[in-house]
Formats: sequence, C-alpha cells, structure tokens
Amino acid sequence: MIQTTFPIVRIVTKLLIPYILLFGLYVQFHGDFGPGGGFQAGVIFASGLILYGLVFGLEAIQRVAPPALMERLTALGVLIYGGTGVLTMYLGGQFLDYSTLEHSVGHGILPSGQHLGILLVEMGVGITVTSVMTMIFYAFAGRRRSV
Amino acid sequence: MIAIDIIILALLAATAVTIARIRDLWAAVMFTGIYSFLSASWMLNLDAPDVAFTEAAVGAGISTVLMLSTLALTGFKQGRSGVRIVPLLAVVATGGILIYGTLDMHHFGDPNAPVQIYPKESFVQKSQPDMHGLPNVVTALLASYRGYDTLGETAVIFTAGTAVLLILRREKPRSSRPGSPESDSPESEQNTEGASA
Repeated sequence: MIQTTFPIVRIVTKLLIPYILLFGLYVQFHGDFGPGGGFQAGVIFASGLILYGLVFGLEAIQRVAPPALMERLTALGVLIYGGTGVLTMYLGGQFLDYSTLEHSVGHGILPSGQHLGILLVEMGVGITVTSVMTMIFYAFAGRRRSV
Repeated sequence: MIAIDIIILALLAATAVTIARIRDLWAAVMFTGIYSFLSASWMLNLDAPDVAFTEAAVGAGISTVLMLSTLALTGFKQGRSGVRIVPLLAVVATGGILIYGTLDMHHFGDPNAPVQIYPKESFVQKSQPDMHGLPNVVTALLASYRGYDTLGETAVIFTAGTAVLLILRREKPRSSRPGSPESDSPESEQNTEGASA
C-alpha cells in the first residue's frame, strides 16, 4: 500500500489524528461518567490508527504499532480483564466482585472499589478491541492480488 | 421530532435499495458507509449515543476500509446475473416471516412492554448506592452487574480476531530460500519486520 500524495488529504489527516486519538482516550477513561466505554474507545482509537495507515502507508503505521506488539496486546486485554477477576478472588471476594477493591486511602480523590474495577476491566476491553481491529486491517492491507 | 424519524428512516430505506440495485461495487461500499452514518444518527435520535459511536466507528470507518481493501483484491464490477426464481422466493418468504414476527411485538415505547416492567426495582435507582455514585448506569450494568457477559464478549472478540488472522495472514514458510517466489513477496518482508520489532 503506497502512501497518497494529495497534500490536502495528508495535512487534514495530520490535523485530525491527534484529536481522534484524544477522543478515543476520553471515551475510554470518561466512559463511567458519559456515554462510551472500552469497546467504543477501542474502535475509535483503532480507526485513528487505520486512518494513519491509509494515508501514510502500511510501513509507517507498522512503525508506530508493530504487528508483533499488537498481537500480544490482543491477549493482554483479556488477561487484564480476567486478572481483575482473579485479583478480587485473591482479596477474598468472588470472581469480578469489585467491592473487595474498596480501600480507605484518598477518599474522594481516588476512585472507589466498584469504580476502580470498572476502570480496569474497561481498559482490558479497550486494549483488546484496538489491537484486534488494527491486526485485521494489517491482515487485509498486507495482502496482494494473487493474479 | 417525528419529522426527523421519518426523514432518517426514508433515507435508510432509499440507501438500502440503492445498495441492492447498484452494479458499481465501489459506489456500493460508499453507500454502505452512508447507511452506517444514517444508522448512527438514528441511534442518537433514540438516545443511544454509545451505540451511535460504535456504528459510526465500526460501520462507517473500519468496515468500509476493510471492504475497500477486499475490492482492491477482487475487482470493482459486479458480474451480470439474471433473476433466479428460487432465491427470490426464499428471500420473499423469509422477509414475510420476519414481518409476521414483528406483529407480536409491543409498540415502540409501550410502558407495558417486558423491557419496561422487568426487573421490578429499577437499575437506575439501584446502581446509585451500589456504585457509590457512579452516574453512568449503562457502564455499571455492562462492567459490574453483568461483568461475566462482558468478559465473554471480550474473549469472543479475541477469538474472532485470532481466527481472522489465522485465515488471512500468510506466514513466511519455515524453509524459505532467497530465490523462492514466496520469500520476495511483500507479505513475507512485512512479517520478518514484525518479528524483529
């Protein structure tokens, strides 16, 4: 996939990508207050990455997000989610019972137990979704016509 | 408000008919993007901004890109095909059954619909004390009350991604020689780059 030479497309993309990624992070970490969550944030973040790949070429995007790294991140997200469940079991509760994450330090500043658990599992979802979408794009864009 | 509903639904129907009839596949993919943006507006109109985000990012963004990548590999024109009678009958019969099925459903926004009366104690009231004031009930439901479901969904996404990669990605053969036709294709270069990174 060669990079496009249209200057308007390149410059507008350069201007837009930071805001797309920032909006993705906002949807991720503000999802417990406003609309959104891990899945929405993951696809928004991934579409920002894919836009960069479309305009500047597959080599450029794979320098930013190497396929070997993204491949591991797909599993890491599920591991974070499941690990949160195991952590709550270790702390004496049931699987994914976030109430055991309740703590007494920094009350009002740091998130409460339920809130902390939700943040952690949403982060796992976000990481998996971003990396799976990016890897599928790599798989499609990396193929050539076999004729 | 009813005018916006009618306009969006009419545009959705017109776009769907256009996609079905158009021969130029590149234009058809563009129309599916338009369809997704219209669906996203419709979801937003139904007060579901989460779903609208997803529809806009996945439907209009990522799947349009993936379909264009597929067209680049296959071709941009649809071949000629006449009207076949058996598939037409199957489609008409399935459509008829689906429409018949909707006749049993409650009207939109009906206060007596099961979705409105069950469970008795509303999650909107319950989640405030449970979540220590976390305002978003949707997030509380998805990530805490139904945490198992979401764990399963994440595992499904992981499995689906792995399956797609297993099918689509061509690994570099283990015993590749410099002169073999596989080793100088762009995919294998990209794979070695990925492995060294």
